Order: sequence, then C-alpha cells, then structure tokens
Amino acid sequence: MDKFEKLSGVAAPMPMINIDTDMIIPKQFLKTIKRSGLGVNLFDEMRFDDDGNEIPEFVLNQPAYRDAEILVAGDNFGCGSSREHAPWAIKDFGIRCVIAPSFADIFYNNCFKNGILPIALPQEQVDVLMAEAEKGSNARIEIDLEAQTVGTSDGEVISFEVDAFKKHCLMEGLDDIGLTLEKISSVEDFEAEACIARPWV
Amino acid sequence: MSPKTLYDKIWDAHLAHEADDGTCLLYIDRHLVHEVTSPQAFEGLRMAGRGVHAPDKTIAVPDHNVPTTLDRANAATMTEDSRIQVEALDKNAKDFGIHYYPVSDVRQGIVHIVGPEQGWTLPGMTVVCGDSHTATHGAFGALAHGIGTSEVEHVLATQTLIQQKSKNMKVEITGKLAPGVTAKDITLSVIGKTGTAGGTGFVIEYCGEAIRDLSMEGRMTVCNMAIEGGARAGLIAPDEKTYEYCKGRPHAPNAEQWDTAVAWWKTLYSDDDAHWDEVLTIAGEDIAPVVTWGTSPEDVLPITANVPAADSFTGGKVDAAQRSLDYMGLTAGTPLNEVEIDTVFIGSCTNGRIEDLRAAAAILKGKKVKDGLRAMIVPGSGLVRAQAEEEGLADIFKDAGFEWRLAGCSMCLAMNPDQLSPGERCAATSNRNFEGRQGRGGRTHLMSPAMAAAAAVTGKLTDVREMM
Repeated sequence: MDKFEKLSGVAAPMPMINIDTDMIIPKQFLKTIKRSGLGVNLFDEMRFDDDGNEIPEFVLNQPAYRDAEILVAGDNFGCGSSREHAPWAIKDFGIRCVIAPSFADIFYNNCFKNGILPIALPQEQVDVLMAEAEKGSNARIEIDLEAQTVGTSDGEVISFEVDAFKKHCLMEGLDDIGLTLEKISSVEDFEAEACIARPWV
Repeated sequence: MSPKTLYDKIWDAHLAHEADDGTCLLYIDRHLVHEVTSPQAFEGLRMAGRGVHAPDKTIAVPDHNVPTTLDRANAATMTEDSRIQVEALDKNAKDFGIHYYPVSDVRQGIVHIVGPEQGWTLPGMTVVCGDSHTATHGAFGALAHGIGTSEVEHVLATQTLIQQKSKNMKVEITGKLAPGVTAKDITLSVIGKTGTAGGTGFVIEYCGEAIRDLSMEGRMTVCNMAIEGGARAGLIAPDEKTYEYCKGRPHAPNAEQWDTAVAWWKTLYSDDDAHWDEVLTIAGEDIAPVVTWGTSPEDVLPITANVPAADSFTGGKVDAAQRSLDYMGLTAGTPLNEVEIDTVFIGSCTNGRIEDLRAAAAILKGKKVKDGLRAMIVPGSGLVRAQAEEEGLADIFKDAGFEWRLAGCSMCLAMNPDQLSPGERCAATSNRNFEGRQGRGGRTHLMSPAMAAAAAVTGKLTDVREMM
C-alpha cells in the first residue's frame, strides 16, 4: 500500500450531503476483476452525459480542479454499498484525502486499506475548508498526518483525530494481513477453545 | 459481572486477540462471498502465496450479476464482463475448497437469503460478507456486517477482522402494528427518524413487542436496512421463533449438539440494566404504510402524505431535497398516492423471502397488473421459488401479469440486464433509492411487498389498506 505522510494539493469542493457509493462509482463499473483503472469512471453519472461527454459544471471537470488531490464534501460521505471500488476509483483519479463532517462506516475503513486518508471534522471547520476549496487552484490545502493537522493557504491550522493503529498503517504503508498473520497462533488458540465451547460452529 | 448488551456478549465471545493499543481481532464464524467484491481478494491471496484459513466457514454464491430470466442457462444471456466475474468465483471456490452454490444449483440465490436458509447463519455468530446488506443476518442475534474487498481478503487469510467496538443503540418498537403495516414499514420509519447517518458508529438492537411479533422473515427485513441508517449492524435477540427456524436446516447444529447450542443461545439477550449510548422508541400503532419520495432511504413518508417542499428542510438537506425532487420528477404538494408508476419490482435481500411473496400474492389474487405496466417478481433463492410454486403463489403472480423470474439480486442494483430506463418510475421492495441505483435516470420508490403489489394493480403509489 502507498504510504501517506504529508499532502499539499488542490481541494475540490462537493458540498452535497449523502454522497453515496453508487454516485462515486456506478454499478456498471463493478464488473472488473482488478483494482486499477477505475479513475476514469469516478462520479461517472455526474461527470459525463449520456453520450459520454464531460458535463462542464461538474467540479472535477472544471480546469481548477482537474488535478485535485483532496475532496471536501458534505455529511455522510460514502454511504450505501460496501464496494471498495469507490476508494479504488478515488485513488486512481488521484485523490488521496477526503474531508467531510462524517463518513459511512464501511467506506471510512476501506479508505485506510488503500492509502487514502478520510478526515472527519466538525461542520464549522469543514465550512472553512469548503470556502478555501472554492478558491480554486490558487489555494492549496496542506495535510500532515504525523501532526494530524490540516492547514489552509491563510495559515489556519485545524487538528483532526485518527485511530493510532490506522495512522501507523497508513504512514508506513503496511499490509495489515501480514501484521495479523504474526498473531495467528493466538487466533488458532482461540479457535481451539471455541471449538470445544461451540462445536456446532 | 457488569451488565452487558447482546452486542457486548457476542463481541466478548469472539475477541481472539487484543493488542496493548486496544486494537482487537474479532474472530469470524461465517464468511459469505459473492462474485462482485471477491475476485480482487482471491487474487491478493494468490499474489502473496496465502491460502484460505478456514474454508469450511466460507460460503460462496453468485447473485449480483446473474440473469434472472428463465433462459439463463444459456451463457449468451450474460455480458462478457459479468460472465468473467461468475467464472472467477467458480474457479476460486474450487481452487480454495470453499462451500459453493453455483448458478445451476437449486439452492442458489441472494447470499443473504441462502445463508439463513441453509442454516449457515445461527444465533451468536459473527457473520461478514463483502456486501453492506450483511446486516440481514442480525435477525438471528448474529453480529453481521458488510466489509470491503481488502477486509474480505483479510478474513479469507486470517478468519479475523481488525475491529473497534461500536456503541450500543436500542430501537424499541412498542405495542402492535396496525393492519397493512409490515416489517418494511418499521425499518423505513426508523430510518426516517434517525436519518441515514443516525446509526453511524452504532450497532442497533431492535426490540419491543412489535419486533418480537415479527416472523424470522420480517426480522430479516428490519435488520437488512440497519446499514441504510448508517449502523454497523442490526441485531434482534434470538427466541423460540429463531430456534424453530434454525432447527433441521442443513448446517444447523445436529441432534447431539442441539441442546447445548440452544442453552447458549438462551444467554444471548441484553441484560436489564445494560448501558445504551442511545435509545429510540416508536409506538407500533403510530407506524403507517410508508413509501420513499426522494433519493435517500431517509426520505420516508406515510402513503397518505404529500410530496414535501425542499424548503421544509434545514441545512444541507434543503439542496439535497431539491436535487431529489428534480431527479424524481416530483412537485411539492402532490399527494403521494397520485404518483403514477411504470414498473414494479418485488424481490431483493430485503423482501425476496417466502413471506414477502405471500404478502404480495394476498393482494394480487384474482387481480390484474394495470395495462402497460412492467411487473416482475424475483424470488430470493431457488428454494423460495420452488416453495412459492408449491404454494400456488407463482400461478397468482403469472395470472396477474407478473413476470416470474429465477433467483438473484436483479433490479435492486441492476448489475444484470434487469434495469430501469431514464425517467422510468418503479415501485420497488428493495433497499436503496439512490440516483441511478436501478439504472441511469431510473426513479425508485421503496415500499413493502404488499404496497408494491397494490401499486401494480392501480398503476400508482397506493395505500394497501384500501385493498385489504
């Protein structure tokens, strides 16, 4: 997994609430057996018309945001389906960080498995960053995972919370399956005990 | 010992390892797998030279992509990319030695219907699947939730998940439901109250007389949509109905183990003085037959209400509601029961079980689908289909003018050929009314099977109580 330490980039504003995973990556693109190549289909139905032409008003089609690396969004980002194709598409497009007042549980976890940092902040702070994002490509947002801070172009610094283990894995780019396999003897001990207590399982 | 909730008890019984930093490894008793979210996970195992840790606890079935038309044995009914995904599951199941119900097996169906039907899902278990509607299995008092593909790979390799404990929410539905009101109306009404993010960070336990009165099928409908309220999982404590449902199923405890199993299952309830981080109480008699009007499952209103105005909401919901109204082609103030529909879809992991088909048949008996309407019933599994045929329900559907399909996810997420066209309006018993969910530009109204059947007869959203 790609490491995430610091990021300085353009943030695209998407003030909608309840941006669901069907919007992020519609179902017709789930028929792949790979993890890569989904960026061209990110937000497909909002980004392209029926003939496949770009819809100019959509934020990621605007010149200032075509290379955005950060997304600032409304409440409950990533709700709906468990499809990891959503973070795969976001990452493949080039976005490494999503900031919102809240995230759906499964999407939030999926981000960390793919080198994406989801940052949940109170609405007032998201409003500040949304206003910053509205300024376009002249305003770069600085993210420092080690320090757990988001900085605006005006020098405002906002702190965020992140689980220590998830932070560690993201900063080191760790494969958590490998980490769990180091503890597999504990799992096997548990299995042996459970097999006696609940043999029908 | 400090009092515990049902969730606390299941959590404690599955904690395989806790690190000094509090990171927990939760042991997984059942891992359900389907063709869309698993190919990359199996590929990951192969690349790393890893195997499946517990193949005997891993159960696979293709459901999302498979056509539901009667000619689906003909490979040409599937697009090439769908066929590749199904074939990949065939191969992965064989290579890794996991339990498998292929498309040709009568037991094939939607993974969340097959699991309970075959007795894989049992009280007190931990159940995961790369599908958000895994919450369904919570109806058995099993801790069940959806996971992403990386976590699918993690469970395949280690039979555990790295987890943090959720908070406890109690949702109590008191008293009796009024006639015409079903499990679907309960679960939609709860989301209407909590909102789609209201459950984020929680495991919900549903309780109260109205929940106890539900059949296992109804309880599965309630828990299925816990994820639509944002919760990690929904739970209902097991009782005699649960044991009765499980008894004799192919993978339920055998006669020798049965009494020990039931004795443990009887300990699975929330202690009287357990701590709840949040409590929501709704009186059963206050719940009406409901429909959704917008593009979020929280956009719920009684069928007797009018389409709301965007400015009747606050905050970010004002813009969201306006966007929904535009997308849905609805005008504020229109009575919901005057909204005309083009299509009816009865099925999905929310409402594709035998009881759902019985409820639809009770409304449709001796009636006809409105002229020009497209109507289909997609049973949740091959065994549900067989039972519906045996009970004469299939004849009622066919006589009424419904298409009687084979089992699969079908138009719930429209990954197979069952899709809506732009602007096509559908009365659906599924779980999501998101933009484009049932096909680009398609308009979805969620409701119970009885309400969908009533809509099929009249051609518009209809109060089922007028047809009872």
